[in-house]
Amino acid sequence: MEQKITFTINGEEKSLYVDIRESLLEVVRDRLELTGTKHGCGVGECGACTVLINGEAFDSCIYMAVWADGKDIRTIEGESCGEKLSVVQTAFLEEGAVQCGFCTPGFIMTTTALTESGREFSRDDIKRELAGNMCRCTGYQNIANAAEKALQTAKECCGENCCGKH
Amino acid sequence: MYDIKSYINATSIEAAVSALAANPNAMIIAGGSDVLIRIRDGKKPQAELVCIRNIPELVGVTETTTGLRIGPATPFSKIAANELVKKYIPILAEGVSQVGGPQVRNVGTVGGNVSNGATSGDSAPSLFALNAKLELVSPEGKRVVAIADFYKGPGKVDFKPAELLTAILIDKSDYQGYRGQYIKYSIRKAMDISTLGVCAWCKLDGTKIADLRIAMGVAAPTPIRSRKAEAAAIGQEYSSELIAKIADIAVSEGKPRTSWRASREFRLQLIHELVTRAVAEAVRRAGGKI
Repeated sequence: MEQKITFTINGEEKSLYVDIRESLLEVVRDRLELTGTKHGCGVGECGACTVLINGEAFDSCIYMAVWADGKDIRTIEGESCGEKLSVVQTAFLEEGAVQCGFCTPGFIMTTTALTESGREFSRDDIKRELAGNMCRCTGYQNIANAAEKALQTAKECCGENCCGKH
Repeated sequence: MYDIKSYINATSIEAAVSALAANPNAMIIAGGSDVLIRIRDGKKPQAELVCIRNIPELVGVTETTTGLRIGPATPFSKIAANELVKKYIPILAEGVSQVGGPQVRNVGTVGGNVSNGATSGDSAPSLFALNAKLELVSPEGKRVVAIADFYKGPGKVDFKPAELLTAILIDKSDYQGYRGQYIKYSIRKAMDISTLGVCAWCKLDGTKIADLRIAMGVAAPTPIRSRKAEAAAIGQEYSSELIAKIADIAVSEGKPRTSWRASREFRLQLIHELVTRAVAEAVRRAGGKI
């Protein structure tokens, strides 16, 4: 059974027919070919498939594609402004918060939602907010450092070069 | 792809109830953080879904003349951030903000947590302590049941055919003047199911305990209230000695089992420790000095 849905993906409006059996993750990866969003556990535990829906972090593997109708979806592919990386992406690079990279898009999307929330986060808050994303390569120290740095930079903002994306 | 046979997007309570009545195999889906995983596990082949997430009356928290009305399709993160919840029933915010992780809390709903009947649901102890009532609508009409009567066994709740949970109701008299705490013990701090959960909800009258409710998750096949421990506390002067006695009684009321997460003995120890801590903190938050 197919249904037509209309949504924005990384700022671009799209209409397509999706199968009621499809997850948003399957639509993003297989139909839109945005493979930066990863398929990890498939049951909402690892956070590798995290996307932003109306600005909030969701596991796209446990989100029905039909629910995306009318929503604003953001994936890792939309985070840089051309060649210029987002504040969060830059912080992850600078802090060496990446090893194999499989979990990184998810971590960046979750952190991006934090930087755009306008709220303050302590180190403990950051750990709590990133608890739905798992990294199996390394420790979480550099990831938490990167999130802390991104939050700080986003607060100060990037000045006249600001593209509105943190 | 999920093994889904049909999908109906209900946009009103009436539409949802008639879709359920028309198909005895229909299954309600709201957030999907349990339902989609059961489908993925192959436990619900050829699922026939009725989606209630887009029914406006089922989402949000409102203050009525008698108390609070909580929409069951409200996600955990929205409950935790809600001003009415934070002001009147902060123990529910404390409970739901310990479910899973942030992404799961954005999608999973408080009504789903109640409807799946798990003794480990993080909203259950707080809702039991608040004497929550559930409004249920079926083709036969509307009924309101006490939450303690709704849980029938592990994963079993008292839904009649084609019945939909339409509101979680909390009376003013169950929160005015009360303060408390929910403590979740789990092996991991996030993305884990409660090994044991305790909620204490307390109202003081000077140095006396005017009322005390103790509710526990995973202490029995369903969430339970520790009625004997509560009775031993009400009307007494609060003290560490009294709390130690309450905790002993609560242990005698628990009927936990051994699972791969923890043994029965460890859970009994947790009842003692968590009741002690939660009651002491509830007394402090209610303005007592202990």
